[in-house]
Amino acid sequence: MSVKATHERSHEIPPKASIKLGPTLDEEVFGAAFSGQVVSRFIKYVAAYKVLLWVAIISVLVFTASSIAIPLIVRDIFDSALSADTLSSSKLTTMMVVFLTAVGFNFVSNYLQELIVGRVAERILIDMRRAMYTHLQVISLSFMDRTEIGKLMARLQGDVAALQEFLQTAVFAIGDFVLLVGIIGAMIYLDWRLGLMTLAVVPVLFIIRIIWLPYARQAFLRARVTSSIVSGALAENINGIRAVQGMSREYVNYDLFDIRATDNLRAANRASKIGVIMLPIVDTLTGSAMAIIVIVGGFFVLGGSIEVGVMVAFILFVQRFFDPIRSLTMHYNVLQRAMASGERIFEVIDVPVDIKDKPDAIELDEIDGSIKFEDVTFGYLPDQPILKNINFEVKPGETVALVGPTGSGKTSTTALVHRFYDIWDGSVKVGGHDVRDVTQQSLGKHVSMVLQEPFLFSGTVYENIRYAKDDTTREDVVAAAQAVGAHEFIMKLPNGYETELEQRGGNLSLGQRQLISFARAIVADAKILVLDEATASIDSYTEMLIQQALVRLMEGRTGMVIAHRLATIRGADRIIVLQDGEIIEMGNHDELMEMGGLYSRLYSMNYASFDDIPDELIAEATKAAEGTST
Amino acid sequence: MALQYRWRLFFGLIAIFLASGFQLAIPILIGSAVDAARSLDESTVEIVNPAVVGLIDSTVDIFGEGSNPARTALIIIAIYLFIASVGRGLSAMFQNYMGEAIGQHIGYELRMLYYEKLQRLSFSYHAGVHTGDLITRGIIDVEGVRMFVQTALLRTVFLMVLIGTGMYLMLSEDLVLGLISLSFVPFVAWHATAARLKLRSNWYQLQEKLSALTKVMDENLGGIRVVRAFASQDYEMKKFDDASNETLRLANVQVGIRATNISLMGVAFMVAMAAVLWVGGLKVIDGTLTPGELTQFIAFMSILLQPVRQIGMMVNGYARGSATGVRLFQVLDLEPEIQDKPSAKDLELTNGILEFHDVKFGYEGENTLEGISFKVEPGHTVGIVGPPGSGKSTIAHLVPRFYDPIEGHITIDGQDLRDVTLDSLRKAVGVVEQDTFLFTASVAHNVAYGDPWAPDDRVESATHYAQLGDYIERLPGGYDTTIGERGVSLSGGQRQRLSIARSILLRPKLIVFDDSTAAIDAATEQRIRAALTDLTTDRATIIISHRLSSLMHADEILFIDHGKIIERGTHEELLALGGHYNDLYELQIRPSENYSIGSDGELS
Repeated sequence: MSVKATHERSHEIPPKASIKLGPTLDEEVFGAAFSGQVVSRFIKYVAAYKVLLWVAIISVLVFTASSIAIPLIVRDIFDSALSADTLSSSKLTTMMVVFLTAVGFNFVSNYLQELIVGRVAERILIDMRRAMYTHLQVISLSFMDRTEIGKLMARLQGDVAALQEFLQTAVFAIGDFVLLVGIIGAMIYLDWRLGLMTLAVVPVLFIIRIIWLPYARQAFLRARVTSSIVSGALAENINGIRAVQGMSREYVNYDLFDIRATDNLRAANRASKIGVIMLPIVDTLTGSAMAIIVIVGGFFVLGGSIEVGVMVAFILFVQRFFDPIRSLTMHYNVLQRAMASGERIFEVIDVPVDIKDKPDAIELDEIDGSIKFEDVTFGYLPDQPILKNINFEVKPGETVALVGPTGSGKTSTTALVHRFYDIWDGSVKVGGHDVRDVTQQSLGKHVSMVLQEPFLFSGTVYENIRYAKDDTTREDVVAAAQAVGAHEFIMKLPNGYETELEQRGGNLSLGQRQLISFARAIVADAKILVLDEATASIDSYTEMLIQQALVRLMEGRTGMVIAHRLATIRGADRIIVLQDGEIIEMGNHDELMEMGGLYSRLYSMNYASFDDIPDELIAEATKAAEGTST
Repeated sequence: MALQYRWRLFFGLIAIFLASGFQLAIPILIGSAVDAARSLDESTVEIVNPAVVGLIDSTVDIFGEGSNPARTALIIIAIYLFIASVGRGLSAMFQNYMGEAIGQHIGYELRMLYYEKLQRLSFSYHAGVHTGDLITRGIIDVEGVRMFVQTALLRTVFLMVLIGTGMYLMLSEDLVLGLISLSFVPFVAWHATAARLKLRSNWYQLQEKLSALTKVMDENLGGIRVVRAFASQDYEMKKFDDASNETLRLANVQVGIRATNISLMGVAFMVAMAAVLWVGGLKVIDGTLTPGELTQFIAFMSILLQPVRQIGMMVNGYARGSATGVRLFQVLDLEPEIQDKPSAKDLELTNGILEFHDVKFGYEGENTLEGISFKVEPGHTVGIVGPPGSGKSTIAHLVPRFYDPIEGHITIDGQDLRDVTLDSLRKAVGVVEQDTFLFTASVAHNVAYGDPWAPDDRVESATHYAQLGDYIERLPGGYDTTIGERGVSLSGGQRQRLSIARSILLRPKLIVFDDSTAAIDAATEQRIRAALTDLTTDRATIIISHRLSSLMHADEILFIDHGKIIERGTHEELLALGGHYNDLYELQIRPSENYSIGSDGELS
């Protein structure tokens, strides 16, 4: 207690703790405010809504025009109907009709601009996201392998939203600009001397905004970043609460959290200060403009050079200066963000699709389920072949086990059957057809895969087993679950087949997830099944179920299994031993044992799984096997 | 809590009255200016408003009368208009700042209270709630209360003062015209409120649909191999389109509500203005109203428009604030189930002997453990094995007092766990969990999580003991490499090894491995065990595993089934017994040879 007590309330950051969460906090990047390329490509998406957008732009213009007209009509009412020498109620009535017409235009155009711009922007957001998403569905897996999902998600969400905001802003920016020009024009038209004097505050306001904005942006950004640090720390502490309590980290974490929260408090407070400072500045400028109107305008009225209505109109206009100036200076910011986002979005859309159906690709209908590799050479990086001259054939209905050390090319071999990648040389044939000559869609219907890490989707157990096969009946699903021995535990779940799975099937054990992925493969009912056996250790009880399920799964199918467990390997019709991308041994268990090569040596070590054999023993066996073969 | 905000609140309130006063002075001054400018004869000023007349007279008394009273009056009005504007700006600044500052401080305090409470709440609480829900409360709900304090509280007073005084001024000036001017107020206020509330409930639905869409996309990308393997792109596109269209529909509703609301509020205001112009215009023609007074009414209306619109925002703030406040205080009011007794003392470690005395445990009326008694001494190892769900892990959770037994007791060196402080107990006991949580931080910070003051050499030696050192040293950033959610991801086995390193670093007197090597291959596990032998000579160890090779060497092995110890003894004794343990051994060491997956395979 004594050592700790000094630490506990020290409010010091311990040497091995940090208040930042990781090195990469997304700081906003401000790039160029205009990129012709991004805009011109963006316009293509907008073009689909050309007509609507024209209506929107016209609405914006009508809205602006009517907003400027209203103070002018008020002036007219004062000057022509209510002026001391021309008091006239019939004139007033006419003017009121004009006024109400302007109000009507203002109302309709306001409604239309808000509605159309908002909806078109939403639509375009969906279109762009869909374009990116569709592309991600066909892009080569090698791209997906090296790209973080989080980054793609950020593009599908944040970047697309930034472009949507841009579109909305762009249309309203036109309105703001026209409004500002219109107000200036109207004032100069009413009385150019008074107009120019009053307008002197506009550049001042612009300059102050431009000086103020970078500080404000910085302060608000800092408030946002510190706030997300606090939220991140809170979320992490909740998710890792067991580790926190188990290791008695509460006091240290409380202090660290306090530092973060205080940091955020200060940043938010500074942002408030910078934000509110604009209020008296704007009011001072408005006050100055009004004082000018009262003195100069008033003197003009007294002198008879203008009517009193002009003065009233000026006062009404002055109050509208600030809004367009504020939004125009803000738009710049939105523009910068949109350009950066646009570049990131088009970067994804521009990734070339490596694996495409040939124009004359055929639809695979019924096939016999054979697999043939002829002189296959393949690798992920140029000049680094993973598979070299692989030749083998799997007859329909046969089960082949692929065995070999990590990195020997087992996974690559199975991926090629599905044409996840294109090979460099040779050919891969499924049912006698080169996989490059058939449509990927139809190939997929005949080759199904069970991955090492069972991946389940959110939704019910039932939906997961049925997965993409919409025409599957409930009986089929239950039968598949029964076949793999999953029915029993599914019925024990709170809602049976209707139990909702947590993210990635978090409420099931690894072994149970495995069984569900088996059932899913049975429902898919493909002629060829490619299976990567799990390496993680599963408790022996579930393990037994899985071994039995495997047998069911392979019934009546051509199987290609990346096998780790001896039981699985022994049961296969044929075993292919791979090493460094080459087939070094092939045959059934007995034949290979007789051969006395690597396989027999590994087998004789009496491990339940090849993965359990320590690396150095494998190296030894390899060496010994090479010795005997040469 | 409120005491330290008192002076802020006080200044905030003063600012409110000043702001309202300045605000309302502006239309009166503008109206008077119009009248002054219309003076037919420049030697007589035609200002109607008595207050302004008084103001001008008293100013003139100080500075002396100019040659032209109308012009003098205009200059004086302009000066006062300028002063009122600046005053309004300054007081609005103070008022807004005070509101925000109070909100931010309250937000800060709520956050700290919430955080502190969450850290103290027991496992049973955390196991029963959705983590996402707790995070939402801590982020969104705290924000909701903060916004409520910040925008709603002070602003309500401001709006009431402003609207109330404004109404009084307008109605006392001209009852009919005043009523017409104010006719837009109830309409806009009601509409703004209704629209806000509608937007809010729609917004929640939209967020839900958006997170459903996020899930669809995230799973599609994460499970891209499954998608490709099942050639299910069409199905996935349909899922995407369905989710996407749902969000579009709600987003369109959102846009629609907003468009209707904005345009309706605008038209209501302008129609009221038209009515004022008309009725007021007729009065001007009759000679019962001056154009200046008419201008004053229009200016009053413009000033009231903005605050009236904000009523919607405030009602929303109240609705949200009360809902979020309730949810937040639900958590803050909880009492942790497991906490130090008032009389709790620090654990005194003499030998480090752990004993379970006839322990019974269960959740929600269901017994998960019963009659568990065993003893572990320093240098000794107890192995616990059993089928999934037999209660093995529960034993691990009882040792650091994540839960309390319902009957029986657990002691370390004779002291009941319930009588010692949690902090000293958990420092003495290290539990290596099956699921390792990685914090987004460097490897070194993660390994030293339990003791962030540990020097580098201790971190490195612990990592090497756990057989993770070589891997870490090969990483480009070495021990400074960031891992966790936003860093390099580690495999299941590597995470478990990191978790072992974490516990070793703390050198606990008692160490519990809760199935913590399941994802580590057998060979590496052997190496870890060999490395740990010299560390465990003076420590008591409990190993829970379903892999027999992990615990065959234990001094005593307990076979648990349905929460009870059904077999106990050494490996040899249990094999000789020929019971469950023996069956499991047979199953694991000699995998069954009687079935085949080949084409002719049939279960036999």
